[in-house]
Amino acid sequence: MTPFVRETAIAAPLPGINTDTDQIIPARFMKRDRSEGYGRYLFHDLRFDAEGGKRPEFVLNRPEFRDARILVAGRNFGCGSSRESAVYALADFGIRAVLAPGFGDIFHANALKNGLLPVALPEDLVEALRERLAAGPAREVTVDLEAQRVTLPDGSRHGFTIDAFWRDCLLQGVDELGMTLGYLPQIEEFERRALRERPWTDMGSE
Amino acid sequence: MPAPRSLFDKVWDSHVIVARDEGPSLIYIDRDMIHEGSFHAFADLRRRGLAVRRPRQVFGTADHYAPTGGRRIADARTPEVGDVIRRFDDNMRWSGVRHFGLDDPRQGIVHVIGPELGITQPGLTIVCSDSHTSTQGALGALAFGVGQSENALVMATQALWQAKPKTLRITVEGRLGAGVTAKDLILAIIAKIGAGGAGGHAIEYAGPVIRAMSIEERLTVCNMSIEAAARCGMVAPDDTTFEYLHGRPFAPAGQQWEQALAYWRTLPGDDGAAFDREVAIDASAIEPMVTWGTSPEDAMPIGGAVPDPATLPDAQRRAAAEQALAYMGLRPGQPLEGLAIDRVFIGSCTNSRIEDLRAAAAVLDGRRAQVPVMIVPGSTAVKRQAEAEGLDRVFRAAGAEWLESGCSMCVAMNGDTVAPGERCASTSNRNFVGRQGPGARTHLMSPAMAAAAAVTGRLTDLRRLATGGRA
Ligand code: SF4
Repeated sequence: MTPFVRETAIAAPLPGINTDTDQIIPARFMKRDRSEGYGRYLFHDLRFDAEGGKRPEFVLNRPEFRDARILVAGRNFGCGSSRESAVYALADFGIRAVLAPGFGDIFHANALKNGLLPVALPEDLVEALRERLAAGPAREVTVDLEAQRVTLPDGSRHGFTIDAFWRDCLLQGVDELGMTLGYLPQIEEFERRALRERPWTDMGSE
Repeated sequence: MPAPRSLFDKVWDSHVIVARDEGPSLIYIDRDMIHEGSFHAFADLRRRGLAVRRPRQVFGTADHYAPTGGRRIADARTPEVGDVIRRFDDNMRWSGVRHFGLDDPRQGIVHVIGPELGITQPGLTIVCSDSHTSTQGALGALAFGVGQSENALVMATQALWQAKPKTLRITVEGRLGAGVTAKDLILAIIAKIGAGGAGGHAIEYAGPVIRAMSIEERLTVCNMSIEAAARCGMVAPDDTTFEYLHGRPFAPAGQQWEQALAYWRTLPGDDGAAFDREVAIDASAIEPMVTWGTSPEDAMPIGGAVPDPATLPDAQRRAAAEQALAYMGLRPGQPLEGLAIDRVFIGSCTNSRIEDLRAAAAVLDGRRAQVPVMIVPGSTAVKRQAEAEGLDRVFRAAGAEWLESGCSMCVAMNGDTVAPGERCASTSNRNFVGRQGPGARTHLMSPAMAAAAAVTGRLTDLRRLATGGRA
């Protein structure tokens, strides 16, 4: 996984609340292998019209946000479907962090596995930030995971919380699956006991 | 004396492998369910040279991309859709996972077949790379959706890092009125607590209304827990649950049944168990519901009118409602009843089981649909059962299409789409922008309400339909 330590970049204010993963990537684009890249599908139906032309009003199509690597979104961002493709699309597009008042649970978990940092901030702060970013001209935001702090275009600094476990994984780019394989002895021991106590849960081993 | 524990606490506690005071614990996962979209997880395993650790605990079914017009890959609407199913079959063979392919009599939507086959049981931890895994909590399992990274992790280790969610008990008192269903109840709950209302929480549905429900009704309620952002939804197992499970193909049998039953009876929450939050719902006040907007929280009684965004309490919801109305082609103050629709979809893991089809058939019996209607059973077994009961003849006589099982127009991945600008009365769970196809306008409702909309061509209070057929 790509580690996340600190990122300073243009932040784009995505309008709306409850931005679901069907918006982030419509279901019809999920048939391809990840290796082909998912960035072009990001917000597809918001970014492009039915003929494939760019919708000029969509935030990521506007020249001032072309280089955005941070997204600022409304409450309950990434709700809905569990599709990890939503995170693939954001990450492959180049987005490194999403700032929002809250996230869909599964989206949040998926983001952490892919080096995309979900930063939960108070709603009034996020709303003020979205307005400020839209107005410009200062649009740079720094997200510092090590210090657990964001620095906004007006220079103000705000702490955020993240569980230490995931923070360390992100800082070091830990591969969760590889790390968990190290726990196989504990898993096996637990399993032996659980299957003895609840033998009907064992569906056989062949 | 140990502190009283809730159902959730008991299932959680019995699966913790490595406990941490803060942040995620390592928990054991009893079952993983797989569908075609899981190909990313298999690609990950193959790249790492890993196998599925306990393939018999994993179950796969073709549903999201399943063609509804026939049971061969060649029936897929596009070659690309066919390729996804082919890749799924390959991954199933490679991994040794139990596999219910397109032509298997056990095939169906993953959350329909889990309970139907007895794979879903009280006290189990179940994951699936699908957010509506919350459905399966209706039997007292701790069941939740995961992404592909976590799916690969579970297949490789049978374990998962999970932060313990908070608990929310939703107690439903009173009685649901005539024509008011489990779907109306859950839509009313989401309208009340909001699309983010249960974020970070495991919901337990309790109270006399839930106790009186069939398993199929409980499945409908738990299904949409995720639309309120809950981690999962659960109902304490009871005799209804045990009767439902008894004799199902993957349920315990013989002496193991007795052993399991004794354990399952210990699972309901202890008296005095604490919840982080409580919500009370009066079922008697609930009416048949429909959605008007593009979030499941945009639900209201059929007798209501499209809200004026200006009257909404906060600026964010006002802006969202304005956008939703523009997308949905609606005006503030417009009555929902009587709104003309273009098509009807009856199906999805929310409402595609036999009781749902019976409810739709009761309304359609002896009537004619005024718009195209697709009826997609949740599993091949449901399809057979419906045909044995003659429901297919009722549907066909009403002019509805009677199709093969799968997710179909719930998510439009298989190519069953609502055309841009078309208005669809749908028994599915998401009215998101573009969910049923680009530009599609979705109104969520119960099967009986969708059937009523079919025969009038308009959103209709089914209680006002002249008694014609069996309804
Ligand atoms: S029916 Fe719809 S919601 Fe249910 S699993 Fe299929 S796509 Fe998901």
